[in-house]
Amino acid sequence: MQGVSGHSISLPFVPSGCWIYNSGPVGKSKKKNGDHKSALQRSGPDRSVERALSFEQPILEMEHKIQELKSLASSTRLDLNGEVLALEQRMLQVTDQVYSGLTPWERVQVARHPCRPVAADYVDQMLDDFVELHGDRLYADDRAILTGLATMEGRRFLLIAHRKGKTTQERLLCNFACAHPEGYRKALAKMRLAEKLGMPIVTLINTPGAYPGIGAEERGQASAIAQNIREMFSIRAPILCIVIGEGGSGGALGIGVGDRVAMLEHSYYSVISPEGCAAILWKSGDKAPEAADALKLTAPDLRRLGVVDDVIAEPRGGAHRYPEATIVTVKAWLSRWLDELAEVPAEELTDRRYAKFRAM
Amino acid sequence: MAWSRFKKKKNMPGGLWEKCEGCGAMIFRKDFSALKLCPDCGHHFSIGARERIELTVDESSFNELWADVSTVDRLDFVGYAEKIDRTVGKCGNNEAVLTGRAAVHGYSVAFGVMDFAFLGGSMGVAVGEKICRLAELALAEGLPLVIFCASGGARMHEGALSLMQMAKTCGALQRFHEASGFYISVLTNPTTGGVTASFASVADVILAEPGALIGFAGPRVIKETLKQDLPKGFQRSEFLLEKGQVDRIVPRGELRNEIGKLLAYATGGDPVAVGAVAEDAADREAE
Ligand SMILES: [Zn+2]
Repeated sequence: MQGVSGHSISLPFVPSGCWIYNSGPVGKSKKKNGDHKSALQRSGPDRSVERALSFEQPILEMEHKIQELKSLASSTRLDLNGEVLALEQRMLQVTDQVYSGLTPWERVQVARHPCRPVAADYVDQMLDDFVELHGDRLYADDRAILTGLATMEGRRFLLIAHRKGKTTQERLLCNFACAHPEGYRKALAKMRLAEKLGMPIVTLINTPGAYPGIGAEERGQASAIAQNIREMFSIRAPILCIVIGEGGSGGALGIGVGDRVAMLEHSYYSVISPEGCAAILWKSGDKAPEAADALKLTAPDLRRLGVVDDVIAEPRGGAHRYPEATIVTVKAWLSRWLDELAEVPAEELTDRRYAKFRAM
Repeated sequence: MAWSRFKKKKNMPGGLWEKCEGCGAMIFRKDFSALKLCPDCGHHFSIGARERIELTVDESSFNELWADVSTVDRLDFVGYAEKIDRTVGKCGNNEAVLTGRAAVHGYSVAFGVMDFAFLGGSMGVAVGEKICRLAELALAEGLPLVIFCASGGARMHEGALSLMQMAKTCGALQRFHEASGFYISVLTNPTTGGVTASFASVADVILAEPGALIGFAGPRVIKETLKQDLPKGFQRSEFLLEKGQVDRIVPRGELRNEIGKLLAYATGGDPVAVGAVAEDAADREAE
């Protein structure tokens, strides 16, 4: 485990890196067919190479070697257990090396990794029950933002999450998590419902940004986000926010005003994308790595600046390699803070919430 | 009046001339009236924060507060400190908003004006702080709040801290709102990004100057995303009025009186009296 500053949660167990590519899915997955396959199920060796991040090359090469050795062992019935174990140990070391020295730009790439767990994975693996509520009562159902009533080991809350999707079709359907005004308005309406029902609110933030389109502007994108931000200060129920991937500017903050705000270790949260920043500063998108450095958008940096309260550690090798273990950690963080904040009177909650952001 | 103007593409040297974005006419700077409008098409040119105060509040009623709040480069962002130094030297104010107490038609207000000349009116920690203090002052003293917005959005050089100013300002305004405080926001050209998506848009009454660019995303970003041309007049004040996003479009010359009337309505004053004073002044000017 990496020693991240702040209140990081330690991981209950870290599975060895190789089994993902050999034994297929680990643990339950409610939807086993077609489009709803989890990241785990789809990350066979070929797919993993296809989705490789360049800095992960050393890890992937070792994973490939282990895979070869294992198939050799099974086809020839030779006992290669010792060799496999040694290689696995070595691979964990390599993973450690790579992941302890990620640059901000590399973290951005991890945050955007297509196999990184998304809202649907958290719903599947973390919740015991979920009732989606679709209606904003104003214009349309925005699939880029998911809202609904959730139960997690006896704790009930309202879940609001940016929805990224896993397949191309899903991604298109939820507009790559770029919400329209109706998404933000739906979120606010459901937050008011949660308040009425005396339920806390959990938001999972994962968006490149609010959608910059004609309809979005016509229907008041800016006003919808502003309204959410303002009214979240008045919600008389605990609000917990976690940036699980991309925290893209106002589109993220539109569901991001919380009593406790956490970031997954390799997520990012920024006022502008590194590409956008580079285009403005250096007139070149190629300078995105420099911009990512300058923006201080990583979880540890933002913890240090006081923008977020906690960094939730990811398994070494990233959430895309160990989605289930990541979700277990997120669940532990949520359980802890749902319980703690349940004790705080509403008045004190809203006062503290304002005081926290007022100091930024 | 002897307006000196002609249509020509290239800019004239020495900054004596300014080209109208609306109709393309070149206007001799010295010929601008205090309102800085294009004599041909009525286009509203950008004006500085001090000029805006002059045009809007009762004579010498502006009492500036927190002028010493200045920028902190907490990210140690490349070239930012130097940029701030240069900008402060050029603009004469420490940051992109001026705040203080003022009176409009005799009504006391907490008054804020953004300065687009200061790094595009972008919002960093200092701007957020001053807006918050202004809202808190209005709350503490029971004053209506009036803010003139002009901003390209959040201040990139302050990273996520600038993003958090959206939350900070909205938090202060939520408290003001809960205490039944009255807030008028005036959107001027341009108001986009993080300012539009925060304090500019959560007012009780939203006014806009004619033809102002107002939106969340900038038109260039939208054009690049959609890979298509944008409709004519898209994101301009008139478009926003039609879409129900602003309450009124008010020409620059009438803003002072309109704000006066709104303040009268909100504070139990006499809007008719404000109208009469305005008419008297107009008559005097005509003589
Ligand atoms: Zn003109």
